[in-house]
Amino acid sequence: MTDRPAPPAIDAAAVRQEMGRERALRLLRQMLLVRRFEERAGQAYEAKKIAGFLHLYIGQEAVATGWLDHLTPGRDFAVTSYRCHAQALLLGLPARELMAELFGKVSGNVRGKGGSMHFFSKEKGLLGGHGIVGGQIPVGTGGAFTAKYLGTGGVSLSFFGDGATPQGTFHESLNMANLWKLPAIYIIENNQYGMGTACHRSNAVQDLAQLKAPGYGMPSFTFDGLDLYASWKTAQQAIAVARAGQPVLVEAKTYRYRGHSVSDAGLYRTKEEVDRYKALDPIERVRADLLACGWLDQAASDAMEDEVMQEVRDAVAFSEESPEPPMSELTRHVYAEV
Amino acid sequence: MTAFLKPRRPIDLKREPINGYKGIPLGDGSQLLNLRMAICQALYEEMKRDPTIFVMGEEVAQYNGAYKVTKDLLKKFGEQRVIDTPITEGGFTGLAVGAAMTGLRPVIEYMSWNFSFVAFDQIVSNASKMCYMTGGMFPIPLVMRGPNGAGPRVSSQHSHAVEALYSHFPGLTVVSPSTPYDAKGLMKTALRGHNPVCFLENEMIYGLEQEIPVEEYLIPFGKGDIKRVGGDCTVVAVSRSVHWALEAAEQLAREGIECEVVDPRTVKPLDIELIAASVRKTHRCVVVEECYRTGGIGAEVAAQLMELCFDELDAPVGRVTTTENPMPYAANLEHETLPKPHRIVQAVKLACYR
Repeated sequence: MTDRPAPPAIDAAAVRQEMGRERALRLLRQMLLVRRFEERAGQAYEAKKIAGFLHLYIGQEAVATGWLDHLTPGRDFAVTSYRCHAQALLLGLPARELMAELFGKVSGNVRGKGGSMHFFSKEKGLLGGHGIVGGQIPVGTGGAFTAKYLGTGGVSLSFFGDGATPQGTFHESLNMANLWKLPAIYIIENNQYGMGTACHRSNAVQDLAQLKAPGYGMPSFTFDGLDLYASWKTAQQAIAVARAGQPVLVEAKTYRYRGHSVSDAGLYRTKEEVDRYKALDPIERVRADLLACGWLDQAASDAMEDEVMQEVRDAVAFSEESPEPPMSELTRHVYAEV
Repeated sequence: MTAFLKPRRPIDLKREPINGYKGIPLGDGSQLLNLRMAICQALYEEMKRDPTIFVMGEEVAQYNGAYKVTKDLLKKFGEQRVIDTPITEGGFTGLAVGAAMTGLRPVIEYMSWNFSFVAFDQIVSNASKMCYMTGGMFPIPLVMRGPNGAGPRVSSQHSHAVEALYSHFPGLTVVSPSTPYDAKGLMKTALRGHNPVCFLENEMIYGLEQEIPVEEYLIPFGKGDIKRVGGDCTVVAVSRSVHWALEAAEQLAREGIECEVVDPRTVKPLDIELIAASVRKTHRCVVVEECYRTGGIGAEVAAQLMELCFDELDAPVGRVTTTENPMPYAANLEHETLPKPHRIVQAVKLACYR
């Protein structure tokens, strides 16, 4: 069992005020969409409509939601691990094409060739969706390199888990980034388990950003990953630092409710532990706060739920109806068609 | 070394540079340069043409390259485009993949392809598959280059030849030139392409001189070249092995066996049509390579010849490869490990039943 060290407190009311009503409601809706999309994907997996791996982000939504809101697609880049559904939805990729990818259809995000772990978008600057733990960290660093090389003012966000910090790519990337002052942000989503191995069994230190960043001369940020306001505010501050040419290392203290992937029986943690975190649910906390402050009423909240469910149902229907890739796709795109 | 490579005059080391991108003009539309200069010149010309090309690797900038292949590029293009890295092959290969995905054309140097194994995951899991697994959304215009094959007496961890290894992966292109002319034309094609290229050079032939045109030319991938014409036995070889094959061919010619030396130049794509056309003439084939025998270039060529022209073969396809042991340090053992001319002579005679 793991105890979360207390991240720095933030003034939620002040952050909510700074966000403004419209944005706060939009972020709540985005989180809900991610949650409902993934719940539905989990059901589709059980119904054998989806196969292979399916790594759900449920419980972690506040992290990516708070961060990606600050990006400018087309200028900024983001890359993440195989747990990539949220990032793709949050960057604005249609639920239809993402669900269709899970269903292995040609109308999917990458024409049915990638599946759950490989969502990409050139237009939105999403560099994946990567299946090898830590393999995406230098790729994200490359995005930051390009931003600096071309002088675009862009930044590059690399998301990865606590299980990736022991990998060499993590250390190599941080070293290069600060050596060359790349506009790079490294976000450890510490959901406390790398597959079934607790963070304290894989990392020699526990406050990952705070203790690892000094080794590369980088500033660090740590926040409560179950709190959207903390996520959004930390992102705002850290991205500003990176845009000015100073890479940063960030740790989100978060938690996933579901297994590492859908086949995970979860024998490495107790039901009580999971329930304790469910009581801190990031979506319910924001919703309760917005109801309490009067920016949302029950009717609007219900309407939002209905709208999101409709979007997810539509995505499933679209995926069901879409054709499988034609056989001509088998050997297409092994090399570039330019 | 061999007739077609002999320049009309040798480079005077005292007066003329033996590296950098400037060839020595001969006044008749040709220039004299060696293989390392040919690659450098290709990089220089393409970097001038395309500002998105940058060169990155260990010692490529201030040191001018461990083998001086990138000499003077820093001076010419500045430190934004010619970048010394830490010793971090996995890191800078991944960075190059990310840069290639976001609009740049990276050229990364492995000081030796032996060190590419540290970056293996980035080459195989990211560079080679990215275009396919993104449904064509993210092609990877990336040139990975550096010396490949055995150096002189550097033993086991510095002597791998990786042509066959990287040819195994769909998505990669594997180039392995044997002459300055080929190296320049193939490098220019690599730099204008849209796919990840493993450009395998060989340290032992960096100093090989040749007269090549001053005028621009490109050599397409998948198009081999006959390095010696002969009617008795086809000998397929790339890179340094071409020169061993040519040396063996001279010896064999004195014994009345004429070899046709076919250099596919790129191992992937492989110009099997050119090889098969030669075999249809000679009815015999020996493949020479610095890779290991199991799953090597010879294994591939033999299998494809069997599919294409089984009935044309009058003898089993011979294979002269690096013997299946890590490279030993001792001079006599190293000599016998490599596919040297004496072993090629033996294999050709066997194929010719002599």
